[in-house]
Amino acid sequence: MAKFIPLSQAVAENLHAGDTAAFEGFTHLIPHAAAHEAIRQNIGDLTLIRMTPDVIYDQMIGMGLVKKVIFSYAGNPGVGLLRRLRDAVENGWPNRIEIEEHSHAAMANAYEAGAAGLPCAIFRGYKGAGLKEVNPNIRSITCPFTGEELAAVPSVRPDVSFIHAQKADRKGNVLIEGIVGIQKEAVLAAKRAVVTVEEVVDSLDAHPNACVLPNWTVTAISVVRGGAHPSYAHGYYERDNASYLEWDRIAADRETFLAWMKENVLDASPEVFADRIKGLEAA
Amino acid sequence: MTEFTSDEMMTIAAARALSNSDVCFVGIGAPSAACNVARLSHAPDITLIYESGTIGTAPEVLPLSIGDGILCDTAVTTVPVPEMFRYWLQGGRITIGFLGAAQIDRFGNINTTVIGDYHHPKTRLPGGGGAPEIASSCGEVFITLKQSLRSMVKKIDFYTSFGHGDGGDHRQRLGIETKGPTLLVTDLAIWRPDPETKEFTVTSLHPGVTREKVQETCGWTVRYAENLEETPPPTKTELEILRDLKARTEKAHGGSKKQGEAA
Repeated sequence: MAKFIPLSQAVAENLHAGDTAAFEGFTHLIPHAAAHEAIRQNIGDLTLIRMTPDVIYDQMIGMGLVKKVIFSYAGNPGVGLLRRLRDAVENGWPNRIEIEEHSHAAMANAYEAGAAGLPCAIFRGYKGAGLKEVNPNIRSITCPFTGEELAAVPSVRPDVSFIHAQKADRKGNVLIEGIVGIQKEAVLAAKRAVVTVEEVVDSLDAHPNACVLPNWTVTAISVVRGGAHPSYAHGYYERDNASYLEWDRIAADRETFLAWMKENVLDASPEVFADRIKGLEAA
Repeated sequence: MTEFTSDEMMTIAAARALSNSDVCFVGIGAPSAACNVARLSHAPDITLIYESGTIGTAPEVLPLSIGDGILCDTAVTTVPVPEMFRYWLQGGRITIGFLGAAQIDRFGNINTTVIGDYHHPKTRLPGGGGAPEIASSCGEVFITLKQSLRSMVKKIDFYTSFGHGDGGDHRQRLGIETKGPTLLVTDLAIWRPDPETKEFTVTSLHPGVTREKVQETCGWTVRYAENLEETPPPTKTELEILRDLKARTEKAHGGSKKQGEAA
């Protein structure tokens, strides 16, 4: 049953060194505040899963907290490459990381299989694709009915998933709106789930088919206004495109990166996010 | 004739290839501009789908990422990502996948994964994202990119998405039933695969472009169709639509957040 606790406590209780963790969000509702808290607590040796690792995984990799990344698109959306991830893959700085690379279809299926309690996901994919040759976790299976050869990948079952959502009600039921991405699957596939929300309300006021995570599927909820910034929260604030562009400059240089992380993450707290969305809020 | 840039010609030529009845899976960047110009001109009812799950979207400005809020705000419906890839893409509902590329070869195979060796890359690129299955599950694939010796290469470093492989019936031999790449639009020309070999062949040169220029910016020996055409230049209306879209986009995304306007 979801308990409302401060983010620092939620991270300390649910993320441990050596864990396999997903901080999910498909461009929208990316849990930046939760990732920054994990960095502040210096929880390392992590295997990180994400369809679209972007700025937060770049930051966690650059801070030396990551041993492996399982992903399908590692880029700064609309901007370009992830420079800290590149530095780790190309030069081993600050440490070598292992990568397990998939396609979006594979990752989406793998999360869904994890949520469904299955050991693997089966789909029609990877035909002629080079990833099959470099990722031993991409295998095939023959349909017992038609004989068709299909792709198979292990399901995704994180120790803990972190997501950001618009709101929770006072009982801890969580509402996600807009581009819902893979967040529901990420929560249901994980052993533990931590949700940061913009606000807590008396009633979610959601239509019958809305994407709601009942409170008994969530381990902890922390209120962090602006907690997705520079990503966005549909109906609350816009994506801060300038920050994504700025990240490309910051991440290009190791010293600049470390200085930025000290000032904006290590020496900061979850409360700073409320300020960061000023000027971006919905009218 | 109105002046236009080669980039504008590329986007407009690519837009013309789309029709009102198409259901198009849109890649970010150049494909996104072309698809939205089509929607704002001759194909108002085209269904545009971005991999974030937005189906039938009609953004006022070009999104910076595949998951911008405006895509959701203007969509007929927004579905979860697993549904997007399972029911809609794998389910065979999408007629055209429109992709960009970092590297392409003459058979329309695409690399967006690495430059150099996969395990010891010279440059680690973002990777395939949705592209491997877009390339195999959409009815056909359109590709658009600017020509350069870096982007149009004899041999790609990694097969992110399979086009026609080594050519001929390579797709069928792998059990892929869709058509694969049927169109390549660059800033200089329109290319279509040869019916037999499946090698991309120039079928139309954009106005003012010479064969020499096409060859200078292409890493393989360029072949031409027998009846080579000239691409009609952009019309005044096409240019207005594209430039208005770019201006609205620039205004919406440009500058600091203080200048940002709430949608």
